Amino acid sequence: MRALRQIAQITWVNLRNLPQRLGTSLVIVIGIAGVAGVLVSVLSMAEGFRHTLASTGRGDRVIMLRAGSDAEMSSGVARDQAALLASLPAIARDGAGRPLASAELVVMVDLPRRGQTDPNNVPFRGVQAAAFAIREELTVVEGRRFNRAVREVIVGRRAAQQFEGLGVGSRIAFRDSDWTVVGIFSSGGDVHESEIWADAEVATSAFRRQGFQSLTARLVDGSDAGLADLTAAVKRDPRFSIRVWREPEYYAKQSKVLETLINVLGYTVAAFMALGATFGALNCMYSAIASRQVEIATLRAIGFGSAPVVVSVLIEALVLSAIGGALGGGLAYLYCDGASLSTLNFDTFSQVAFDFRVTWTLLGKGLLWALVIGVVGGVPPAIRAARLPVTLALRAS
Amino acid sequence: MRFVPLLLAGLFRKKTRTVLTLLSVMVAFMLFGLLQAVTTAFESGADSADAKRLLTTARYSIIELLPLSYLRRIEGVPGVVGAAHAEWFGAKYQNESNAFPVFAVDPARYLDMYPEFTVAPAEREAFVKTRTGAIAGRRLVERFGWKVGQKLPIASEIHPRAGGDMSWEFDLVGVIDAEDPAVQGNTDMVLINVAHFDEARQNARGRTGWYIIRIADSGQAKEIAAGIDRLFANSPDETKTQPEKEFAIGFAKQIGDIGALISRILAAVFFTILILTGNTMAQSIRERIPELAILKTLGFSDTRVTVLVLAEAALLLLIGGAVGMAAAVGMLPFLNGSTGGRFPPLYVETGTWIGAVAVAVALALMVGLPPAWRARRLRIVDALAGHR
Repeated sequence: MRALRQIAQITWVNLRNLPQRLGTSLVIVIGIAGVAGVLVSVLSMAEGFRHTLASTGRGDRVIMLRAGSDAEMSSGVARDQAALLASLPAIARDGAGRPLASAELVVMVDLPRRGQTDPNNVPFRGVQAAAFAIREELTVVEGRRFNRAVREVIVGRRAAQQFEGLGVGSRIAFRDSDWTVVGIFSSGGDVHESEIWADAEVATSAFRRQGFQSLTARLVDGSDAGLADLTAAVKRDPRFSIRVWREPEYYAKQSKVLETLINVLGYTVAAFMALGATFGALNCMYSAIASRQVEIATLRAIGFGSAPVVVSVLIEALVLSAIGGALGGGLAYLYCDGASLSTLNFDTFSQVAFDFRVTWTLLGKGLLWALVIGVVGGVPPAIRAARLPVTLALRAS
Repeated sequence: MRFVPLLLAGLFRKKTRTVLTLLSVMVAFMLFGLLQAVTTAFESGADSADAKRLLTTARYSIIELLPLSYLRRIEGVPGVVGAAHAEWFGAKYQNESNAFPVFAVDPARYLDMYPEFTVAPAEREAFVKTRTGAIAGRRLVERFGWKVGQKLPIASEIHPRAGGDMSWEFDLVGVIDAEDPAVQGNTDMVLINVAHFDEARQNARGRTGWYIIRIADSGQAKEIAAGIDRLFANSPDETKTQPEKEFAIGFAKQIGDIGALISRILAAVFFTILILTGNTMAQSIRERIPELAILKTLGFSDTRVTVLVLAEAALLLLIGGAVGMAAAVGMLPFLNGSTGGRFPPLYVETGTWIGAVAVAVALALMVGLPPAWRARRLRIVDALAGHR
């Protein structure tokens, strides 16, 4: 009990005279804020990207690709196969008895970013009529849906933000064809919002394709058993060389390379910065102790133990680093959260737009790193403070 | 030079403090070296581009194919010295999608376009003659432990063989390498002989992905490119021809502004360092006010004292910076070894060293000027009396 009271007393004295050592204390706070800020903002980029791909697709939907292809771009599904696959009994049907399945083709079209001229690979998806019934999350937020059999497109919300000339009413020219933008759609922040959609039949003829690349469908039974039924039916039929993926599983896979790359960058940079900040914190805590040498020695002389001295120095370091961690996380939140970005997803070779996301988990991570730096930077000076021979320290000034 | 001992004595007056400051400066410059190397790698495509090389792709999208028959017509355009073609194979190796790029090429034509690549003459000969032949970049060969003469089983995600099988096998007959690290990243690929590939595949026979064109005079690049595109205008397969550099810059822009992202991170790093060392310097000078006053009493001029303080700051940053940059350079070979072809080779170019010196000097001025100014204005009487 006595030790606890001593700790509380010394800590209180330390914290109360922090303002007198404002300069030194600020250095720790700023150094650690830098680490936490960079860590949180870089990781929020990875988090936003992961979130966009992870929120694409629903568990009761499947995407079918050619066996051996891991992405739609490299896949191929022939027209007759698509029709056969759609009519399998494991695929759900609408009120009129039509299968809830959409055979789709994806091509890249070149579009400049806003205010630039260089082309970017923007995904252009041709979808069948059922596509809208399957993807209930899709709503047209401006204009209307495209009509069938004419060269009209609707554009994802993020694609319209990122790329030039995709407003409702504008005309875009791809490959001996002019298309009119008739609507903007949103689909819950998923990856389709980076795409341009048109009628599959019009798109296949305009881009001179024979077949499709994928088939997206809703399962009658969304459970594992329902999926197993479909997979078994596809495997049994020798006409198919098709792999069935649950949508979330497929889209999560598309984020692998880029997410890893951003994470490696973020953690490497933050780790080195943390090392630098630890040296800085050590420096500041050492000098904080040096300036209070007499004070600490006096406390020890009048009967305070050395453990309370150690703990109180440590608590001071932790308080400063927590302030730094919170400041860094807060700045990252202010500057990064919600900022949007479009980059090339290496897994699909096409542009994907997403928002930076500063989550509570990330802020917690920033704070945790800050506290670790505080402990590592605070312990050696605290020990030195406790070991200082009282008589020597008292004579020092 | 006789002030050097004085300088060092000042710097190492408090060893722990100086060493810790040096270490944090070192870490900052190590990050600078590493991150600038990443920027360099991203820009290396444009830097290593040959001004006498043009690239022709399908006009509306890089993924559309072009007829192989365009080759002769492109070669006929005035100013064109030679042409080659290449196609994306879509490799899947050991179940990893796009583990490395594989291009189907006409061996002699393709290698003639890239004189900066080195292939042993006998291996080049073997590649030309072996229909199922393949050559691979040295870094890939090392990463996977391949041996010249072995079979390379590589699946394609795009091209089935006649009959629908997606698995292919090639004979590794040689290794491609390059001296310049900026170019070496471009050799992280496998080239296969198009003669066999085009014959054995099921779809898209007689078509290719893009053309590489060598011209005699880089000054005429624009006119020649326009001439090539005019040849195929209004055909079902229109083309877009551009100098290699423009293409590389455009591609880098697809990824986004990596340079800006890295600059922002570095700004945060150096701001932190500025605060850290700035505080240390200020504190160190504050403690030495009486000593500085004594120096002045001994006849040191105001300027000399100012310079002494500034030199101390500069020494701190230059030593820390040099050690940090050296650490970055020392780490890169290990980093490159572990990424082995997944990422272009990272290296520190001369420009980065110049940048590091500039940053160190700028930081030294920012850190050193306030205490130096204070030392300059010091009045001996006050300082010795202990007024601060």
